[in-house]
Amino acid sequence: MRNRFDRQLVQLNDELIEMGSMIEKAIQEAITALIRQDTEAAKRIIEYDEDVDQQEKVIENLCLKLLLQQQPVARDLRVISSALKMITDMERIGDHASDISEMAILMADKPYIKKLEHIQEMAKEASVMLVNSIEAFVNKDIKQAHEVIANDDVVDNLFETIKNELIAMIHKDPQVGDQAMDLLMVAKYLERIGDHACNIADWVTFSITGTHDK
Amino acid sequence: MDKMKVEELNLHYGSFHALKNINLPIPEHKITAFIGPSGCGKSTLLKSLNRMNDLVEGCKIDGKVTLDGTDIYKNMDVNALRKRVGMVFQKPNPFPMSIYDNIAYGPRTHGIHNKAQLDEIVERSLRDAAIWDEVKDRLQKNAMGLSGGQQQRICIARALAVDPEVLLMDEATSALDPISTSKIEDLSMELKDKLTIVMVTHNMQQAVRVSDQTVFFLLGEIIEYGDTQQIFSMPKEKKTEDYITGRFG
Repeated sequence: MRNRFDRQLVQLNDELIEMGSMIEKAIQEAITALIRQDTEAAKRIIEYDEDVDQQEKVIENLCLKLLLQQQPVARDLRVISSALKMITDMERIGDHASDISEMAILMADKPYIKKLEHIQEMAKEASVMLVNSIEAFVNKDIKQAHEVIANDDVVDNLFETIKNELIAMIHKDPQVGDQAMDLLMVAKYLERIGDHACNIADWVTFSITGTHDK
Repeated sequence: MDKMKVEELNLHYGSFHALKNINLPIPEHKITAFIGPSGCGKSTLLKSLNRMNDLVEGCKIDGKVTLDGTDIYKNMDVNALRKRVGMVFQKPNPFPMSIYDNIAYGPRTHGIHNKAQLDEIVERSLRDAAIWDEVKDRLQKNAMGLSGGQQQRICIARALAVDPEVLLMDEATSALDPISTSKIEDLSMELKDKLTIVMVTHNMQQAVRVSDQTVFFLLGEIIEYGDTQQIFSMPKEKKTEDYITGRFG
């Protein structure tokens, strides 16, 4: 029964996984470019955002085609409408990776005022949240979706740590203010990536239960 | 408020148990849609609501169907019942007579012969069935000459002419083109202000579009009923989910 439709739903999952791995790569490479102060790599990630946007369009078209051709109801309707909402958050994550790359270019000509270990950790946590949220969608795993949402506290706490550290540095030496602000922006982008991963996880919950948690 | 109520209804055609222990409220001024695969009992239940099964040989009915609290199988004259609970069938079946006489047929049967009064009923019924503008200049023409969609609306007007409280529609749009279908769907939604509608449909999207309550039948049983949006977005039963998503069987 409905073999073609089921195949198209598998294709939708595959395309979402593909988009997920594209933005995961964008986050990781943006952070690497930031740490190495590699402007060429940063520029490549900014250009790569167009590929991410293109992938969003591919998934959007597939969802619209499924809505039109299959007139889905129940679980199918929830899955397709959730996918349509999820790709907006995924696209925003791609934008933030590009934003971080722009900051990397801005900060490339001066040595850093501090080690970036917390930023690296934030990027790692946010990436894991992203990957897990998409995995939860594909596997219809509500527990994994809830874990993603719970993990947002880790990212938020790291942001607070970085913020406090930077405030203390500005107190000590106002000369570092410029770069401290730029680093705070980077941390904020990563914090937002965590929030978007939570939104994705929330849509995963909706696709399974038909209601939102919050 | 419930206009009709089905309680512990069991229906047998000979040894075949066609409806099994049916309990269902039919809320007033709402559209209730019956869905389910062929042979699941939805049309049988629809017909039980105005005793159209009475004449079927070997048909045995236990349980209760009430209309405004009165048991239609015990305490009601069948003609009085059918005046209050009208029916429209899958295939348009106008009588082979003029449009006017088709609509006036029911009121005349119920003793109305005054021309002015009949004129008024004919016009009101045709207006309510959204076909007045199309036929007002040819009321004396034979109704058989109309298109399928127009014939079906004539049949709805004919049902409305006796001022029913409930209208049963048995796949009333399945033989019609999309434009006629959409006219009848719009009409149903307007009519529910005045009466209560129960429809059997094989068109799931139609149930989604027009009904307030959906009832899913399988093998003579009600598997699930509830708010239409809930049934089509988050059904409680796996069997309902499998059927409406096309993965049944």
